[in-house]
Amino acid sequence: MSMKDLEKRTVTGPDGEQFEVDPMQDYFCQETPQVHKPSNRIWEKFLNWARAESLWILGFGTGCGAIEMRPLMTPRFDAYRYGIQWRPTPRQSNLFIIGGYMSVKTLKRAIRSYEQMQGPKFVVGLGSCTINGGMYWDSYNTINRLDHYLPVDVYIAGCMPRPESLLAGFEELKKLIKAGKAEGQNLYAENFEWYKKNQKQIIKDWDMPDYNW
Amino acid sequence: MKELLKDIKKRYDISMIVHQRPDEVFATVNKEEAVALITHLRDHEGFTHLVLLTAVDWLEDGKFQLTYLLNNDAKRNDLGLRVMIDREEATMESIHHLWEQAATYQRELKEMFGIDFPGSPRVNESFILEGWHDIPPYRRDFDTKKYSEETYFPRPGRVTHDPAEYMKKKLYPEE
Repeated sequence: MSMKDLEKRTVTGPDGEQFEVDPMQDYFCQETPQVHKPSNRIWEKFLNWARAESLWILGFGTGCGAIEMRPLMTPRFDAYRYGIQWRPTPRQSNLFIIGGYMSVKTLKRAIRSYEQMQGPKFVVGLGSCTINGGMYWDSYNTINRLDHYLPVDVYIAGCMPRPESLLAGFEELKKLIKAGKAEGQNLYAENFEWYKKNQKQIIKDWDMPDYNW
Repeated sequence: MKELLKDIKKRYDISMIVHQRPDEVFATVNKEEAVALITHLRDHEGFTHLVLLTAVDWLEDGKFQLTYLLNNDAKRNDLGLRVMIDREEATMESIHHLWEQAATYQRELKEMFGIDFPGSPRVNESFILEGWHDIPPYRRDFDTKKYSEETYFPRPGRVTHDPAEYMKKKLYPEE
C-alpha cells in the first residue's frame, strides 16, 4: 500500500457503473479507540473468567520465537487443553504473541494487525528481544522496547523461551485477566497519542490511516 | 581450473588469483571488463549459475568490492570474481540481462550499500528498509549502535562487561 491508494478516486465497477471511492472513509475507520471501563460487578468477573479460558492467538510469527508455537500446537505440549488455540485472522483472535525480534517493517504490519483485532485483546512479548532488544539491541533495524509501540500484558523472558515457559506465561496472563489487570487495550486507548507518536517516529513512511480497524 | 585461468588471462586483465580450494578460485578483474568476462564465462565456459553477488566495504581504501560467485555445475567448480569500484561514485554495470535474479541482489546492494546499478529493474524501490533516510546501513561508516540508541528507545540497565576483567574478578577476587 502507498499513500496514493488512500486518495479519493473514481472507480468503474464490473457492470460499467462509475462510483467514487474515498478509502479513508469507506475502507477504514478513523475513529480513535475508546476506553471501555470495566465494571466491578459479578458480571465482569464472569466475563473475565470466560476471556481467560479462551485465548485465541493470532497466527502471526514476527520473529524467530514464533518457532516455539509449533510444539505448543502439537500433542507434545498441547496448549489446546488450556483453551488456547491459533486463529488465522486478526478478527478472530484476542491474543497477539510478538515472537521475538521485531523489525521496523514487521512492526508496521504488527500495529495494523493489533488494531484490527477485536477487543478485549492482549499482547504477550515472547523472548528477550521484545524486552530490551535482546541480541539485536544495537541493530539498525529492530526495535528495542515493544511496550513503546504496543501495550504488553506479559513478557516471557528467554532466548528463546521453551514451550514450558510459554505455558507458564499463558497461566500468568490468565491470572491477570481474571484479576481484571490485563487492561492493555484501555492503556492503548488512553495513551493513544503517545503510542502513535512513538510508532511514527520509527516508521518513517507512514502510509496508512492512524487507526485502521 | 588452471587451464581456464590461463585461457581467460590471455584476454582479460585478471589479478590476485587465490586458489581457495582445488575447485574454488577467486580472482580480481577490473570494472570495465567484468561484465564481458562474466558473459564469456556463462556462455562459453559453462558457469551457468550465479551463486551470489555481494559487496565488501573497504572503507580505508575508499573502495567497494563486489564479489560475483559463479558455479560450473558440469565440472563442479566455483569461480569468484572480485570487482573493485570507487566508494564515492559507487556504480556498476547491471548483470540482470544475464541472470534475472541478479536484479534482487542489486536492489539489495543499492539499499544496503548504496551501490547503484543503472537500468536494473526496480533498483530504486525499497526492499527491506521502508522509508530509510540515513546513509545505507551496511556502509562501515554507519554507526549502527549510535543509530539504535538514538532511535529505538533503549531500555536502561544494560551492562557490558569486558570478558577478561569480568572472569578475573569472578575467579580471583582477592587479586
